[in-house]
Amino acid sequence: MSDDLARDLGLFRVLEDDGSARKDRPAVPTAILLRGYREMRRLRLIDAKMILLQRQGRVGFYGACTGQEAVPIATGLVLGEHDWVFPALREQSVMLVRGFSLVQFVAQVYGNAGDVQKGRQMPSHHSGRTVNQVSWSSCIGPQVPQAVGAAWAMKLRKDPNRPVSIGFLGDGATSQPDFHSAMTFAGLYKVPAVIVCQNNHWSISVPTHKQTASKTIAVKGRAYGVPSVRVDGNDLLAMYTVLSEATQRARDGHGPTFVEALTYRIGAHSTSDDPTRYRSEDEVEAWRKKDPLDRLRKHLVHLGLVDDASDAALEAELTDAINAAVKKVEELPLPDRDTLFDDVYAELPWNLREQREELRASPKAPAHGA
Amino acid sequence: MAQMNLVAAINDALRLAMKADDRVVVMGEDVGKVGGVFRVTQGLYDEFGEDRVIDTPLSEGGILGTAIGMALYGLLPVPEIQFADFIFPGYDQIVSELAKLRYRSGGEYPAKMVIRTPVGGGIRGGLYHSQSPESLFIHVAGLKVVCPSNPYDAKGLLLASLRDPDPVLFFEPKRIYRAARGEVPEGDYTVPLSKAKVVREAQGSKAVTVVAWGAMLYEAIAAAEEAEKQGVSCEIVDLRTLWPLDIDTVVESVKKTGRVVVVHEAPRTCGLGGEIVALVNEKAFLHLEAPPCRVTGFDTPFPYTLEMDYLPLAHRILPAVVATANY
Ligand SMILES: Cc1ncc(C[n+]2csc(CCOP(=O)(O)OP(=O)(O)O)c2C)c(N)n1
Repeated sequence: MSDDLARDLGLFRVLEDDGSARKDRPAVPTAILLRGYREMRRLRLIDAKMILLQRQGRVGFYGACTGQEAVPIATGLVLGEHDWVFPALREQSVMLVRGFSLVQFVAQVYGNAGDVQKGRQMPSHHSGRTVNQVSWSSCIGPQVPQAVGAAWAMKLRKDPNRPVSIGFLGDGATSQPDFHSAMTFAGLYKVPAVIVCQNNHWSISVPTHKQTASKTIAVKGRAYGVPSVRVDGNDLLAMYTVLSEATQRARDGHGPTFVEALTYRIGAHSTSDDPTRYRSEDEVEAWRKKDPLDRLRKHLVHLGLVDDASDAALEAELTDAINAAVKKVEELPLPDRDTLFDDVYAELPWNLREQREELRASPKAPAHGA
Repeated sequence: MAQMNLVAAINDALRLAMKADDRVVVMGEDVGKVGGVFRVTQGLYDEFGEDRVIDTPLSEGGILGTAIGMALYGLLPVPEIQFADFIFPGYDQIVSELAKLRYRSGGEYPAKMVIRTPVGGGIRGGLYHSQSPESLFIHVAGLKVVCPSNPYDAKGLLLASLRDPDPVLFFEPKRIYRAARGEVPEGDYTVPLSKAKVVREAQGSKAVTVVAWGAMLYEAIAAAEEAEKQGVSCEIVDLRTLWPLDIDTVVESVKKTGRVVVVHEAPRTCGLGGEIVALVNEKAFLHLEAPPCRVTGFDTPFPYTLEMDYLPLAHRILPAVVATANY
């Protein structure tokens, strides 16, 4: 990281709250700004729609990233086709930016026959081979050393495409030993990885200051010899700038970067959570004022790239596409019950073949709640 | 007596224990201010304060490792692991440390604690919010494992677990956290560990012993009611303590019926059902009229969409019971 960006772990920002950009910061191409804006808007609409569907009982669960969109969207904008992503709960949308189809994305939330994961995972646990996005378990932490391992392999194989591997985690996850193992290995072997922590200030009901006595999350990376920066995660331009620089450094053989993106989870932890039980509406309101989408919009209005009419048209177009995808997915059947046994191993051993026969011979299972 | 669900009964037991013994400390992710993601520890933080009801950092290894240190020093920790599926980052502390401390120190340093954690499927939790890992702990010498099926037992077993000298894993069947309701006495009482309960007695000659626990007990009962209509009588044993299990009650029942079906959510291979069947073979072989049978989760990870097909619910228990009876 250049000295400028890493300076004393101060907060790196480009956009002011009023949407104006700092003059001394690198310019971000207009096409990227517009693409980023579109993707952030789309993501916000997708999350709102999925939460609505969950409330209607049409999907089982959802983990939104409302208020945090700038982080995954900037990541998607920066990455090339050979790069790999190891997400946690709130980075599923990186796949969409990298060309994964919306219908398949929604099918994962429904877990039906359109889902590339064959309905095995809870919603918000997307993965897809076509976009090098690896399946996340649900367990907090293990994906981070895996991201480092993939980067290590890229380096060991001297991959001519010079890919990078991105690992995501939340602030809570930095308490897990897996995070510390990942940093130890990343620093020592100087792997082409960028580890991005979305510090959204809460780990379900536990605020970050009760999670750790570290003054910042970024400082944890420094202890392991990994260059570390703190970025305003609600600032698409700042995220884009920092991730561009970090991925370039990695591609050029200069090793890993740890990025602490300061942001805020505006909604519930998931559809199973009620945040009014542990945090004040005042706090949420203060962060709403720093909303990443609003800030980017102000900036684009400022630049004359967006206005009310273009916004209305964009929103209508995106909403139609999302509704159409949902409609398509709802017409798909559930996975056949035989598929229960596939992919446990590459080939079914005798016990699973027997158990598949047993299931075929058994009566139909009751529906949920029956 | 008050009507309570499982959540309230466990909460009541924790409150009583904390009042009676200031060494008892509840700790875990989100157990404090919000009272746990299933609200099992609700109200305890306000009543006992942040030194006794501790919202810990997100680290199961840290929670269990520090709990061991607390226990060695003389506290009685009750760590909560948010889902049993997330116990594995702390598995080393349980398997290599907690289970073996008494033995390796020649009895000088036992570490006593009760680890509470929700288990089981049927709540659309997918691979990592649904598992039943009991046999991974039973296989490790030095640990006791308990799994209540109703509020009365839950309170009594938890109080007994806290008094037992050994470390106990207290598995709470989350699918029936709110659905299982019943009378729970006020104040202190215990339900002894390692004592199973016959919850339905077999009548007549065409009888089958069904061994079950936790949420699957209700599926066994539903299957038994259907089987009754087909002239098959079930004797249902609620194991309650999974290890050390009450082998006498199981064997006594099998000697009476000559037949046994074991039901559990965990995968079949190396599951507790296999151990129970082996024990029955060893101890009641000459009384058997039919091969012992297991109705279990399949040998696959726990699926999301197809979870009702995966679980050994009444629709799968019934044909097994009837076939065993008619063997
Ligand atoms: C190993 C493990 N322990 C506990 C949990 C339960 N859990 C799910 S999300 C979560 C909090 C995660 O907080 P953070 O890492 O800050 O990410 P955020 O959800 O805020 O994005 C917890 C405790 C889990 N999924 N995995």
